[in-house]
Amino acid sequence: MDAYTIVFYVLAAMTVISAAIVAFTNKIIYAAFALLFTLFGFATLYIYLSADFIAVSQVLIYVGGILILILFGVMLTTKIYDVSVKSERNPILPALIAGIGTSIVIGFVIFRTPWNAVVDKEFTTIAPDIGNAIMGKFLLPFEVASILLLAALIGSVLLARSEENE
Amino acid sequence: MEPIIQLGYDLLPILNDLPEWIAITAIALSAAIILLIFIAVFALFAIWLERKVSAHMQDRLGPMEVGGWHGWLQTIADALKLLGKEDIIPTNADKILFKFAPILVFAATVAVFAAIPWDSGLVPADLNIGLLYILAISSLIVIAIMMGGWASNNKWSLYGAMRGAAQMISYEIPIALSLIVVNMSTGAFNMSELVRQQEGTILDWMFLRFFPFGFIAFIIYFVASLAEVNRTPFDLPEAESELVGGFHTEYTGMRFAMFFLAEFANMFVVAAIAVTAFLGGWLPPFQFLDFIPGPLWFFGKALFLVFVQMWLRWTLPRLRVDQLMYTCWKVLTPFSFAVLMIVALWMII
Repeated sequence: MDAYTIVFYVLAAMTVISAAIVAFTNKIIYAAFALLFTLFGFATLYIYLSADFIAVSQVLIYVGGILILILFGVMLTTKIYDVSVKSERNPILPALIAGIGTSIVIGFVIFRTPWNAVVDKEFTTIAPDIGNAIMGKFLLPFEVASILLLAALIGSVLLARSEENE
Repeated sequence: MEPIIQLGYDLLPILNDLPEWIAITAIALSAAIILLIFIAVFALFAIWLERKVSAHMQDRLGPMEVGGWHGWLQTIADALKLLGKEDIIPTNADKILFKFAPILVFAATVAVFAAIPWDSGLVPADLNIGLLYILAISSLIVIAIMMGGWASNNKWSLYGAMRGAAQMISYEIPIALSLIVVNMSTGAFNMSELVRQQEGTILDWMFLRFFPFGFIAFIIYFVASLAEVNRTPFDLPEAESELVGGFHTEYTGMRFAMFFLAEFANMFVVAAIAVTAFLGGWLPPFQFLDFIPGPLWFFGKALFLVFVQMWLRWTLPRLRVDQLMYTCWKVLTPFSFAVLMIVALWMII
């Protein structure tokens, strides 16, 4: 085991443990803050794949943007500590079927995909390639996504603004 | 990193006998410790400077006694006092998050220093995406502020944290847009490459390119960066006259010192980004001034910007929350978009 592998296992453990906290804690605020480490851990995995631009974008967008919005949402809810995680009726059978079904699909993907364990590539500047790809080959999906976001933005403004003649 | 590793091998030949990864780890650790010492010393110096600057602007003397010459030992005495203070955690605070917030804020601040270019080759980590890395890591500071404000279980802290988060994520937009102007012109995210693209005389520096639009981008960046580090006129998150101490109201002793150190270190960070992106980094303004080494130029320029931040603090009153949002969304953001478009057109023509 060299340092590279040790650091990988430390980061992977950080990601998995924090993800477990997100899933199992019954304090929403802890779940929200643990999400920080999960998202950050994912960013470090991108670095192992020599995708530094993606890693930084992950931190910038998810940690710097979305997580802060989630925290705002959590802090504005009334019951934060000791939220009961169970709903009134727990339909066990459908939950089991859905859970097992999902794990089978995920397991299938895991074992059928030819994984590149380590991408031993020099860090090159990939930002121009990504920019060219977005503005060339993937222009249509990019524009569709931006129209979707614009619609969401206008919709949320419409919902949030107060009516003056109320 | 490579030049620094090479320097480490040259300084300590014994490292050649060790396995490579131990040697590299040792060099990287010593670089990190040197940076840590720099941050601590700089913060102590900046706090002293701030007190002196504020005093002279208000026609006072400021600290004069401790240490003899203009009270230069004053902040060291204050730091020792903070170290010796009792560490109080409020009974109803969330203990885990309360203890973790100062660690996170300081770790994020130190991590940013990894990508700051002091001279050609003298960069702790010369990342391809250095500028984005700095922006991404500094967004962790917002989360730490929210964590501290929430965990204190105090309404003033929570108000301060909420204001801080809202202010910081709003002002990230004009900051990013004004930095994109630099990226478009230089075609690089790499911090050293940004500086190398500005080589020549002072006229080749970003803030004098596309005159006057480079300068407008620089001003937008500088104003927005004041909000990013919670300096007056944007110091609402810790406005002591209305929020006691803002998000760090409940913090005492060393934990409070961590927030304070991080704040002054961040003043240097935003100044360093401005110097790298707009003011030619380590380059001298004219070729004949070449004999002064690069790190001194870099530090001098950054220190000047830090001084301007203090100058503004003691000149301007604090904005109201609605004025703060007005400044960001209706002034800085549209102007930075306009500058971005004009510079893009200029580059095409």
